[in-house]
Amino acid sequence: MINIKINGKECSAAEGLTILEVARENGINIPTLCWLKDINEIGACRICVVEMKGWKALVPACVRRLSKFDEGVEILTQSPAVLESRKMTLQLMLSDHDKKCLSCVRSFNCELQTLCKELGVDNAVRFDGAVNASEIDDSSLHMYRDNSKCISCRRCVAACEKQDVGVIGANDRGFKTSIACAFDMPLANTSCVSCGQCINVCPTGALSEKDDTKEVWDALNDPEKVVVVQTAPAVRAALGEAFGFAMGTPVEGKMAEALRKLGFNYVFDTNFGADLTIMEEANELLERVQNNGVLPMITSCSPGWIRYCEAYHPEMLPNLSSCKSPQQMNGAITKTYWAGKMNIDPANIVSVSVMPCVAKKFELSRRGQSGQGTFNDVDISITTRELARMIEKAGIRFVDLPDGEFDSPLGNGTGAAIIFGATGGVMEAALRTAVWKLTGEDVNSTIEFKEVRGVDGVKTATYNVGNMDVTVAVASGLGNAKALLEKVKSGEMKVHFIEIMACPGGCVNGGGQIIVPSSVRNFTDIRAERAKALYSLDEANTVSRKSHESPDVKQVYAEFLEKPGSHKAHEILHTNYKATNLRK
Amino acid sequence: MALKMCAVPFAGTAQQQKSLMDVIDKYKDVPGALMPVLQEAQEIYGYLPIEVQSMISDEMNVPLEKIYGIVTFYSQFSLSPKGKYKIAVCLGTACYVKGAGDISKKFQDKLGIKAGDVTPDGKFSIEDCRCIGACGLAPVIMINDDVYGRLNGTDEEVNEILAKY
Repeated sequence: MINIKINGKECSAAEGLTILEVARENGINIPTLCWLKDINEIGACRICVVEMKGWKALVPACVRRLSKFDEGVEILTQSPAVLESRKMTLQLMLSDHDKKCLSCVRSFNCELQTLCKELGVDNAVRFDGAVNASEIDDSSLHMYRDNSKCISCRRCVAACEKQDVGVIGANDRGFKTSIACAFDMPLANTSCVSCGQCINVCPTGALSEKDDTKEVWDALNDPEKVVVVQTAPAVRAALGEAFGFAMGTPVEGKMAEALRKLGFNYVFDTNFGADLTIMEEANELLERVQNNGVLPMITSCSPGWIRYCEAYHPEMLPNLSSCKSPQQMNGAITKTYWAGKMNIDPANIVSVSVMPCVAKKFELSRRGQSGQGTFNDVDISITTRELARMIEKAGIRFVDLPDGEFDSPLGNGTGAAIIFGATGGVMEAALRTAVWKLTGEDVNSTIEFKEVRGVDGVKTATYNVGNMDVTVAVASGLGNAKALLEKVKSGEMKVHFIEIMACPGGCVNGGGQIIVPSSVRNFTDIRAERAKALYSLDEANTVSRKSHESPDVKQVYAEFLEKPGSHKAHEILHTNYKATNLRK
Repeated sequence: MALKMCAVPFAGTAQQQKSLMDVIDKYKDVPGALMPVLQEAQEIYGYLPIEVQSMISDEMNVPLEKIYGIVTFYSQFSLSPKGKYKIAVCLGTACYVKGAGDISKKFQDKLGIKAGDVTPDGKFSIEDCRCIGACGLAPVIMINDDVYGRLNGTDEEVNEILAKY
């Protein structure tokens, strides 16, 4: 421990900590912009500079670590020189920044805007110099890049590299530096997996999801159309944040009510699709185990992971479960079974999904995913953020809404389905049903498999089920998935079943979720907080916590699909994959 | 989006590819060896087009963007081959104050390429260079080994010079 002074206050600090960390421990906040804990620690933006007595230049608090040579040093975090420097840094950024804040998708949730306000930037055009010309990249199905709002903080680059993808980076140098793909290729021509983690870490409006809300409004305003909506488990764990609820507050009932108020004719729950996925996936797993099929089997719910597998690990494609994702299953059943039951022409249905995910926008276009080739399983996929904007636009007072209900069937899920939104959730849900299938134990079989819970990048566990030991592994974040796959490929690790989610922490931290500013995410584990909401909903589920006990699922099998893995189920609920040869 | 690709078709030989693979083999397990690989690749091909960068990316398991980012950061690397006639415009202090920036611009406009690029027929390339030691003749350019000094940058003058090649 060493003794230092921060703003005149005596503090003791552990060696090796950064000035930022020590200041925070002592109740002093230092603003940051490029710094993302454990992801982007490069000291580039100079917003966190502080004065160290005896040092000529200001030092960046985010990367300056204290050592024994700093004993007794005095640090000033709010001196006039520091404040003036931060302000000028912001003004220089603004000199090459599109300042149309009023119409920006990130207005009121923009870190640059917030800092300008907090640090008293009273003149946004102090430096009126050269401006970089840039073009909007709207080539991909899931996102926009508008570099006129980019401040070159490199947070997106770091997030992309952490995902083992790395298709964006800094090109050229100096003032001309731009964040883009190699040779300024359009993003759609690269092996971008569309996870959207770059959007979640962008401090400004440079990166955003493709906004598909106009199509949804058009459908809602068309009296001829039957507009149905489904919501993924993780959406209800984050949507509340857009309306002032504390992180981790589940808002399931208000969300269902808001969707009805927006004018959707039927409000379904992707949880139903998730329960169905478990029925099909558990069946597929047992078939593979019993018939010497390809093992380990790997889950296929995460479209970002599927794209990554197709581009980076094509030799693992036979390991992927052939099950469509819950979104696609829900959509497929809507336009087949439900349309028939309700006597509605599938062509007249507009099927909308609300997802914590931008890769789902891409998933809609996957080959082999359209029901019988005549219609799309799902027509429009919007993110949690887009739904929040729709609710705001419609003038719905979300906080005051009563708890609404989903429609049935297709609108009810079990506790097993709700945890799909957190890493390890699909695995746990599958285990709950696999135990029942293998042992026939029902009432008293194990419900909670806590070894696969939590935010660790890779988790493994072995369970004795029936007469066999089942080894499972769970990875979230594609960097972690890669590490796990390497071990599986080399034979170092023998497993039966693997769950992989593209986003770190699973869907609760998906690329379509409410964006959390770095000032919060650097000090709060979003993944854990939001997951709590899902596990609390699982525990509170009064119908069942196991997919095979879902009344909706039972009904659909009895009236339509016959049994898991049936010919009909294969036709409607399963798909296939193909290696892609895109620029890595 | 305008692709930053070289207009001249790639014409790498099997011999060049073999040399590149030898270089990559040499550095494959050396951490941080991308720089020497890129330098030697440029020695082999004279420039680093997408074809060469892709080979390095695939063989060294480094994303193409990472390589492109490095290549565009350092001025020692070139995305275009040199032309048959290399126009070097001196941007040293003396030439610069005598309007070398405008001269460079003039040649670029005339040939329809930017500094660092090559004309699609591979005939001319333009690059800005530092002082070539002929300050008395400022502003000065070189085309291969020929020196042209005391330029005034008129259309006639530029046309006259280019017509010689």
